[in-house]
Amino acid sequence: MKKFLALILALVMALSLVACGGNSGAQGEGDGDAATGSVYYLNFKPEAEEAWQALAKTYTDQTGVPVKVVTAASGEYETMLVSEMDKDGAPTLFQCNEGGVATWGDFCYDLSDSAVYNELASKDYALKNADGEVISIAYCLETYGIIVNKALLEQAGHSLNEITDFDSLKAVADDIHARAGELGFDAFTSAGLDGSSSWRFSGHLANMPLFYEFRDDGVSSKPATIKGTYLDNYKKVWDLYITDSATTGAALLTATGDQAEAEFGEGKAVFYQNGTWEYSNLTEKFGMNPDDLTMIPIYCGVEGEEKAGLCTGTENYWSVNKNAKEEDIKATLDFLYWVVTSEEGTSMMAEQFGACPFNSSKAPSNPFSALANEYVANGCYPVTWAFNYTPAVNDWRAAVVDALSKYTAGDGSWDDVKTAFVEGWATQYANENA
Amino acid sequence: MKQIKRKRDAAALNSRLIRRPIQRMVWLFLLPTFAAFCIGFLYPFLQGVFLSFCKFKVISQWDWVWFGNYIKAFSDSSFLHAFWFTALFAFVSVLFINTLAFAVAYALTQGIKGSNLFRTVFFMPNLIGGIVLGYIWSMIFDGILVKYNTSVVLNSKFGFWGLIILICWQQVGYMMIIYIAGLQAVPEDMLEAARIDGATRWQTLWKVTIPNMMSSFTICIFLTLTNGFKLFDQNLALTAGRPFLQQADGSVIKTTEMLALNIYNSFYSSSGNNRGTAQAKAVLFFVLVAAIGLIQLRSTRKKEVQQ
Repeated sequence: MKKFLALILALVMALSLVACGGNSGAQGEGDGDAATGSVYYLNFKPEAEEAWQALAKTYTDQTGVPVKVVTAASGEYETMLVSEMDKDGAPTLFQCNEGGVATWGDFCYDLSDSAVYNELASKDYALKNADGEVISIAYCLETYGIIVNKALLEQAGHSLNEITDFDSLKAVADDIHARAGELGFDAFTSAGLDGSSSWRFSGHLANMPLFYEFRDDGVSSKPATIKGTYLDNYKKVWDLYITDSATTGAALLTATGDQAEAEFGEGKAVFYQNGTWEYSNLTEKFGMNPDDLTMIPIYCGVEGEEKAGLCTGTENYWSVNKNAKEEDIKATLDFLYWVVTSEEGTSMMAEQFGACPFNSSKAPSNPFSALANEYVANGCYPVTWAFNYTPAVNDWRAAVVDALSKYTAGDGSWDDVKTAFVEGWATQYANENA
Repeated sequence: MKQIKRKRDAAALNSRLIRRPIQRMVWLFLLPTFAAFCIGFLYPFLQGVFLSFCKFKVISQWDWVWFGNYIKAFSDSSFLHAFWFTALFAFVSVLFINTLAFAVAYALTQGIKGSNLFRTVFFMPNLIGGIVLGYIWSMIFDGILVKYNTSVVLNSKFGFWGLIILICWQQVGYMMIIYIAGLQAVPEDMLEAARIDGATRWQTLWKVTIPNMMSSFTICIFLTLTNGFKLFDQNLALTAGRPFLQQADGSVIKTTEMLALNIYNSFYSSSGNNRGTAQAKAVLFFVLVAAIGLIQLRSTRKKEVQQ
């Protein structure tokens, strides 16, 4: 017995030593061939993980250049980037949007001379730093607004033509809400303030007051302070969302994004504020009829808003790591060029991300993207993504959501929302530039 | 005869032929653990202390700023708030957890039917991770509170007591096991003597049982106190510091944010400018928890009875 025990102990020790050794050996992997370089993409969209992996494999098969795609868990991108950037094999390709410039701007390679930058249909889709260097390139354009279930709207005796501004939207919504019991569906999906849903309001809906204020004041770069001129309009829409809905009050604090999506997908609500990326979920997961779906602008009672279009913009930007090895930078740029020009790359981009701003981009099958262009073609002004300027965006949004939660449950006043919105902006701007 | 034979058996574990080389090679046996300790604890710790004197965004690029981070940490009102909130939380949780754990342990050593089953059930919450617990309890609390049109993230008091309930639920079972071990180690003859002398149950408990198991109290109070100060996952998942107290200047005080979460939040704040300050806070936090732990150990050790 003792012999056996001694043997086991010796084995365990030997194994633990081997394990230690094995680990240090494995770290060399993924560096790729020194001569050709390699690509390491830190992706921040978990929903696109599979598509990226497949595309990376295709590229490696065709060219022999290793492409490693790592996807950060939802909401963990920033945390992961902080630790990955310190490693020897840091990501060569990462995302750095307007919100990330303060932290990651110094890590971005100047893309002005790159082939992928030249492929951009409009140079407006790139971010530049103070020195005029191109630090990141937008790779997809997204559009959001209020998604409408036309079939239900007609069932309730209304039509899309009735809705041209906030007042008409409210009239329709109020009517549907009042008859919700008899109709079997309500006007709006639940405006959940759970983390999985609150960005629709602290980000996308908050864009409306920001956009109009910046338009009035001619703001074209991140402002240090804002005035909150249109916050009353923000309140109007928010009040509409939390009144004409089956879920109201404190119950909204725990309502999730999935819940709102399901309400809309299962035909329990007519209106659902969300964007292009929802299309495939609605038609595939919930089997909605594509013909029943359309998207209208978020009307908030601003003068002249009959001419408003959908909100189109992006927060998805590619940046190349300046500190990567030269051959890796080259490999990364080659990979990007291939992604935006090749058959495989453009198909995947159109399918996953909808409209993309490159010369050879394919037209997306997603009709919401086409709708955005239609509005503009009909003479409507496009609503840009002004919220991209938000300083220290996660902190700012957290404070707005908290104030909004108290207001929604009847525990707080709208003034706190205003403070979080306006003074919070100045505070976070100061934090960012400290 | 048997012993002599064993000594000659070169493969026996207590044979000198085996023991000597083992004793000589002690360092080799310590090496894996020591190396792991250095890599996993010592090195990051020293690097952390170093970085607390630097301004940095990623830890490989830093600028030395002397005590700037410490000054910022002390002038950060949210950090001070987190400190007092944590202190209050630790005090209340130590009180509740230990009282409840001892009461349960005492009840379960009275020979009730099925006490083994009870012990297992009470211990089980301890096996669930903090984040999961936090989300489960937030669902439970909100499920009830929503009937009164409120939520655990709307009122600091709910948040505080929510955390207390959660931590009690999680830790009572664990401390109970330690107390049960202590209760069972009280010498039977002492209890018998007390019975013969006519001591009541209450007197026996206070004069015989508790003094004889002070070492269990030492360890349990140490664990609950440091756990209280170090609490992170549960805090993050249950309230994430909400509700916020909106300051007139636009900053917020997160009313249910404890020290560890405060450090995490300032490190990962989206401006990325507070990492050094967060590091300084972490060093202060370490000193605080170590000091409190040591003081507590020393004071309860004095009350321990040597059997």
